[in-house]
Order: sequence, then structure tokens, then C-alpha cells
Amino acid sequence: MGAVALVVVSDRITPEAVAKVAKLARLSLSDDELEQATHQLSDMLDHFADIDALDLDGVEPMTHPTPIANVMREDVEMDCLDRDEVLAAAPAAEDGRFRVPPVVGLED
Amino acid sequence: MSSNSDRPEFPTSAADIAWNVRNNVTSAADVLERHLAAIDEREGDIHAFNIVLVDEARARAAEIDEAVAVGRDPGPLAGVPIALKDNMCTRGIPTTCSSKILEGWRPPYDATVVTRLHEAGAVVVGKTNLDEFAMGSSTENSAFGPTLNPHDTSRVPGGSSGGSAAAVAAGFAAASLGSDTGGSIRQPAALCGVVGVKPTYGAVSRYGLVAFASSLDQIGPFTNDVADAALVLEAISGHDQMDSTSIRQGPLDISRQLDMGVAGLRVGRISDLPEGASPDVAARLDEAFDALRDAGAEIVDVEVPAFSYGLTAYYLIAPAEASSNLARYDGVRFGHRVEAPDTNAMYMATRTDGFGAEVKRRIMLGTYALSAGYYDAYYGRALKVRRRIAVDFAAAYERADVLLTPASPTVAFTLGDKTSDPMSMYLCDTYTIPSNLTGDPGMSVPFGTGDEGLPVGVQILAPALEESRMFRTAAELERRVPQ
Repeated sequence: MGAVALVVVSDRITPEAVAKVAKLARLSLSDDELEQATHQLSDMLDHFADIDALDLDGVEPMTHPTPIANVMREDVEMDCLDRDEVLAAAPAAEDGRFRVPPVVGLED
Repeated sequence: MSSNSDRPEFPTSAADIAWNVRNNVTSAADVLERHLAAIDEREGDIHAFNIVLVDEARARAAEIDEAVAVGRDPGPLAGVPIALKDNMCTRGIPTTCSSKILEGWRPPYDATVVTRLHEAGAVVVGKTNLDEFAMGSSTENSAFGPTLNPHDTSRVPGGSSGGSAAAVAAGFAAASLGSDTGGSIRQPAALCGVVGVKPTYGAVSRYGLVAFASSLDQIGPFTNDVADAALVLEAISGHDQMDSTSIRQGPLDISRQLDMGVAGLRVGRISDLPEGASPDVAARLDEAFDALRDAGAEIVDVEVPAFSYGLTAYYLIAPAEASSNLARYDGVRFGHRVEAPDTNAMYMATRTDGFGAEVKRRIMLGTYALSAGYYDAYYGRALKVRRRIAVDFAAAYERADVLLTPASPTVAFTLGDKTSDPMSMYLCDTYTIPSNLTGDPGMSVPFGTGDEGLPVGVQILAPALEESRMFRTAAELERRVPQ
């Protein structure tokens, strides 16, 4: 393969699609950030189009380098992480649990 | 390897330090103080560390010396000062991944590699800087500022394990650990003129390594020489029941075969290697082939047609896995939280404030590649390309025992050179990415200098679990480094 052109004007991804992806990923973008992200993701997707021409019919997807099987062990008691130590590392905890803001009821 | 008679008075290699400390010739405390003095002198210019653990290291060195005094052997890394990339969990000690989102987090457990280093007698001197969550090739994407290359502080050390590479190159530690997801050990090793190894996937436990891309991540050592890399890798490798992807076998056995040479070894040159290596790097690679031929190796031409598609497969698969792994940073369990009236707003505010630009970019790219309507076109196809690459490498290894490529396309580049164009930064990983996709081992060994007198690294690749032949080749190149 030869050198790949890096600066390409592309509309492979729209600002609307980027905004949707950001929302799914729980990220909020300013207008400027949205414009920049759209431009950068488009550039990347242009580069990644090099695999479009490959005939991949019948190729087994490879999710992992080594064959993975479920790992089983005897069901015996073992030490686990200390609860107080784990909770001490959290932003907020109360009564032996993680404390979070309300999950429901504030939508309106 | 140096013989005992020519060991320097003050040992600098990990092997020499351990030999001296175990034999009560040098104290672990003295070794540590020399390294702390080096840190005092130059860390202000380099910024290799997020935290230097002066008190903890002094206490540990004292323990080692006490053990030796009462006739107990502290282990194969006795008194060796080691730095850890700051994405490896250390119990009670901040572990930040150079991200604001983990600021202040103190893990409730040690990574398995940390436990194993401790059992081998090592002294952890600090946690090193990285590109945030190991995403980058220059260590400029750190929330705490960049690390600079000890050979030229106007240049980057490479990345993402730039702090660990710089720490060894600057003499702050005799060895360090990094993690390599697409070249994050081998590329900074090349740019800083040290040895860096990405072992076979599953050879070293990932338990306690903060996950970036779980099917690609692997921990490995940085050292001043090949023998030290073998020593450290032997200490940290071997099965761990805490990592379900850990290979069920004992530690790697490398050191004993280091001096066997390469006579008869088939060294592969990839005839369809992607372009992009600068002339100085390409010249060193040619000299490396010549050196191995002189040493009795047979140079064979092989083809790896899918090699050039590795970049695309990687930059779809790694962000996809990252977008899933980094979903856990939600302000609930660790580190940073931005308060908001409800949980969803809190997640959004915390992640928006806590992640840097490159991490956000990759999370979005990965989320997109996995999202409904695009999964088959991007992530699904990338997994099939990954298979193609693995099949092509397996065929190449029918004809060659090891393969040689550049580790990095260029010598260390100037700070800011590639930060405005993410794709140009991604191209730094062209030659290192395939071994993460296949799970095979790879290492970079210093081999002369290139433009501006900066270090060049040659990459040696080998099939899974064939580290010993990879190291034999590296040791031969080390003996034949151009002067």
C-alpha cells in the first residue's frame, strides 16, 4: 500500500450523528467541539475506508488473540476487597453504600 | 552479559544491582539514593513521574537490606529500583492514568505485577506519566503535562508509556513497567534508546492494569539492556487466576538462552511492509539485517499482505473496547465527580469535565463503530481484518522464525508536531499495531542513531510464546550495535 492522503474534506459523519454518539457516551460537547469532532472523525473514517475494498466474506471475526473458554474454579470462600477501603475511594458513600444523586423524579 | 569481574563499582543494570545486593556488595539503600539523586537533579526537566514514592521506597530498600543481613535472599530483583506506569493499581497509592477523572483515587488492591515485583525484591520508586488512559503516542495527552525526552527535551519521549521509557533513559530507575495496546512500550523505547518488550498476550497478568482495550493490552518491561528485560519479564510473567485471559503456564524462560546466538535462525524481511519509515530508520534496519546475517542468521523475504490494514482495524477495535471499558467512569465509584441534580446529569458533567480531548475522541469513535447501523460496517469488518492479519502472520512464521521491522517510523519528534492532527499521531503505531491484534510478542532494541543523533529502535517480532528466540535475536543485535 502506498502513502495515504491525510487531509481530506469529507462528510462521512454528520454533526447530528456526532451529537447522538456524544449523548450515548454521556459526553456534552460545545458547538465548537462538535464541529471539530465532526471534522476529525470524518478524517479518520476516510482513512479507515482502506478496508472497504477487501473481500471479507466468510472470514471468521477475531475478537480475541487467544481462544477463550470460561474459567471455572472450586466454589470456596476467598478474601475479597475490603468494603470500607473501596467506599473510601468513592466520591460519596453512606451507610456502607455508594451515594448518588436521585435517579428518578427530577426530569421535570 | 557482563562477567562478575567487570561489574562496575556502582552497578547500573538491574542484573548487576540485584547481584550486588544479594551478595551484600552494595546496599539497596545506596542504590536507591543514587537513583533518587538522579531524580532530584533532572526530574524537573523531564517530568517522567506523576508521583515519586520517596518514603515508601526508602522503607522498602531498608527491608531488603535487613533480609540480606540475616541471610535471606530477597529475590532476583533484589534492590532494583523500578518505576510503574501510572495505570497499574497500587494499594493506597494514587493511580491516576494521567486523567483528571481518577484524580485522588487510591486503589484498594495491588496489580498482580506489583505483587510479583515485590516478591522478587524490587523497590518501586514511583508512578510514571502517560498519555491519558494510555491513549497516545507522545505522552502529550496527560492531564498533568507532557514528559520530555531525556536525549533532547524539545522532543517527545513517545507514548503512551513515555514516563516509564524516560525514567529508565534518564537513570531514574533501573527498570520500569509500561503497557502496550498498539505500541505503547515499543515506540517510546525506540524514541528513548532503551529496550522495551510487549510480551505474548496472556503471558503477564492484566489484573490491576486499568483497562484500555482488553483484547490488546499487555504489560511489559523497559530496561537498559536485553538481559535486564529478560530478568524483569521472568519475574512478572506466569499464570494468574485473577486474570481469566492469563495463559496457563509458568513464567517465561528466557535468560538461559540469551547467549545462544542466531546461527541458522531464519530472520524475515517483510517485502510488502507499509511505507513511512524515514531514511535514517530504514538504514538502521538494513544494517540490523546485515548484522544478523554476519552472525549466521539466514535472511528470508516474507509477505504479510494484510499488515497495512492493521492501523484501520486497530483504530476501530481499540476505541470500541475503550468506549465500553471507560463507561465505568461515571462519578459513582472512583475519583472525580461533578455534582448535579440527578444521576444522568452527574454522569454527563463528570465525564465531560474529567476526560481529556483525545479520550473523548476515542470514546466517540468507538461508540460510533459499535452503534446500531454501523456495527457491521466498522467494528464487524475490523474483526475480520484482524483475522486476516493473524492468518498472514502465521503464514510468514512458516518461513521465518522472527521478523524485523522498524519500531517507530521516525526518531523522536518535536513537541506539538502531531497534536493538531490525530491521524498523523496514529501513524506512529503503523509497525507496532499488528502484534497487538494477533497477540504475538514484539520488542524494540536500540540500534544506533538517526537524524540529530537521536536513538533508533529495531523491532523484533516472533510467534506467540516464542519470546526466547525474540530475545536471542535482540541480544545478538545488542552485541553488534553500530558504533
